[in-house]
Amino acid sequence: MAAAYPAFRPVADHAILVEFGDTIGHAVHDEVLRLDAALSAHSVPGFLEAVPAYVNILVRFDPLVSDHAVVEAALRRLIAAPGSAPRAGREREVRVCYDAELAPDLTRVAEATGMEPEAVIAAHLAGDYRVYMYGFAPGYAYLAGVPEPIRLPRKTAPVRDVAAGSVLIAGPQCLVTTFVMPTGWWIIGRSPTRILDGGEGDRPFLFDVGDTARFIRIDRATFDAEAAR
Amino acid sequence: MSDALFAVTAAGPHVTFQDAGRAGMMRFGVPTSGPMDRASFAAVQAALGNPPDTAAIEISPGGLTLTCLEGEVTLAVAGGGFQVVLDGVRHGAWTVLTVRTGAELAIRPGFWGCWTYLAFAGALQVAPWLGSVSTHGPTGLGGGRLAAGQTLTVAETRRRAGPPARIPLPAWARPPNEVPVVLGPQDRFFAPETIATLLREPYALSEAYDRMGVRLRGPALPPNAAMDMPSEPIARGSIQVSGDAVPTVLLADHQSTGGYPKIATIVSTSLDGFVQLRSRQSVAFRAVSAQEAVGIVRSRDAVSRRYLQGLRQLGA
Repeated sequence: MAAAYPAFRPVADHAILVEFGDTIGHAVHDEVLRLDAALSAHSVPGFLEAVPAYVNILVRFDPLVSDHAVVEAALRRLIAAPGSAPRAGREREVRVCYDAELAPDLTRVAEATGMEPEAVIAAHLAGDYRVYMYGFAPGYAYLAGVPEPIRLPRKTAPVRDVAAGSVLIAGPQCLVTTFVMPTGWWIIGRSPTRILDGGEGDRPFLFDVGDTARFIRIDRATFDAEAAR
Repeated sequence: MSDALFAVTAAGPHVTFQDAGRAGMMRFGVPTSGPMDRASFAAVQAALGNPPDTAAIEISPGGLTLTCLEGEVTLAVAGGGFQVVLDGVRHGAWTVLTVRTGAELAIRPGFWGCWTYLAFAGALQVAPWLGSVSTHGPTGLGGGRLAAGQTLTVAETRRRAGPPARIPLPAWARPPNEVPVVLGPQDRFFAPETIATLLREPYALSEAYDRMGVRLRGPALPPNAAMDMPSEPIARGSIQVSGDAVPTVLLADHQSTGGYPKIATIVSTSLDGFVQLRSRQSVAFRAVSAQEAVGIVRSRDAVSRRYLQGLRQLGA
């Protein structure tokens, strides 16, 4: 089904889903970020909030003040406006310890990729990560940018009660968990970096969508000291 | 203006603190939460003359029992067909009462409904998270769940003179036989026959029902093609179809994003009645255009405003 982008899809009485494509990638996400930045700089009648994701952005509005036609027209103007740049993301540091006890899947990832565990770690550290969206649970920031050699499909069955702070990978995606939750992703390390308490101003958590992330390796003693803080 | 203190003597599962919700945080993975039935929540606040965003308690069929340890305060209960038992005397939900030191208040499920709201004429003391006391069920963040042994404090208490007052039960507070939906945003992933099935057959609520959503039981709704859509933002009321062709309606604590197609989305004001359906009860879905959906919400708002103004005359 060939769709013309951007596509504007009504969601009940109170939102429009604006789609810029159907395949995950930097260029499509830049379109999402550009509209997200424009929405924070310009007023749209009845605007409540914007929820950016990989290839689309949900724009919620108050149906007592506005409607789909009015909001769609305003969004089309914002998209067409020249010179609107995606909001410049900030680079955030995430500290990670790859100690075997905190990285139960590191050897399985090494076996599956035919690499040494140290090479898996080096590949993970070398990734170029960008926050594409939040999802699943509060503070779960989906970072795309896992290097090709260590991209694995998720496990066939999820594992329960995975510790908060776990560093997970699956396919091109990486995330640092904020709660004890089940996951089918590969657990390759643990981070003491606070994501839920890491925000400031309007941003409650460490990352905003569009930010980049760099992983910094720490040893077990440093992890224990920082995790205890 | 002294405080009233209550001891929680029993609290079922899914009994939580809620205010009007935590808006604007979806981009950080945090849904709005707040009351499942926003219309009944608004009624309980209006009946006490409270600001609409005042902290209250959402009660599931698990029920809640309180003992008033100290003080005197007027309270209101609205939502569903729950029972309110004050010192052994039965009242229906949809009531405004005053309780005094030593009083025992029990709120239990009645003949219909899943959620009721208990609000106080005063300020229930609850610590907020990200600016709201609304509890996010899956994590317990926000005010949190209530548990036996806990003490509640209501500050700035007010008392209403006179006997218990009835809160009129509006038509929209009852579970509907049919709810309006706007098709999409991924109706294109389903064959026309599948969409016709959704709009023709009744669907029952299953036992898998909590604040995040409710799985439905009914004819399968298989998506057209292999599903490989990138995860995308989710709106409350979305009817999401998982790989097993089973639809789930996403509710107050829904995940903020997900990778399953949404065949349709329930009109927001119709969710209040929808969540009062119980497991095994059935509902039909009727397609309306987005513009019609806006019209439905606006007409309801006009009627609801008059209703809430009337409740404020009850005076607490």
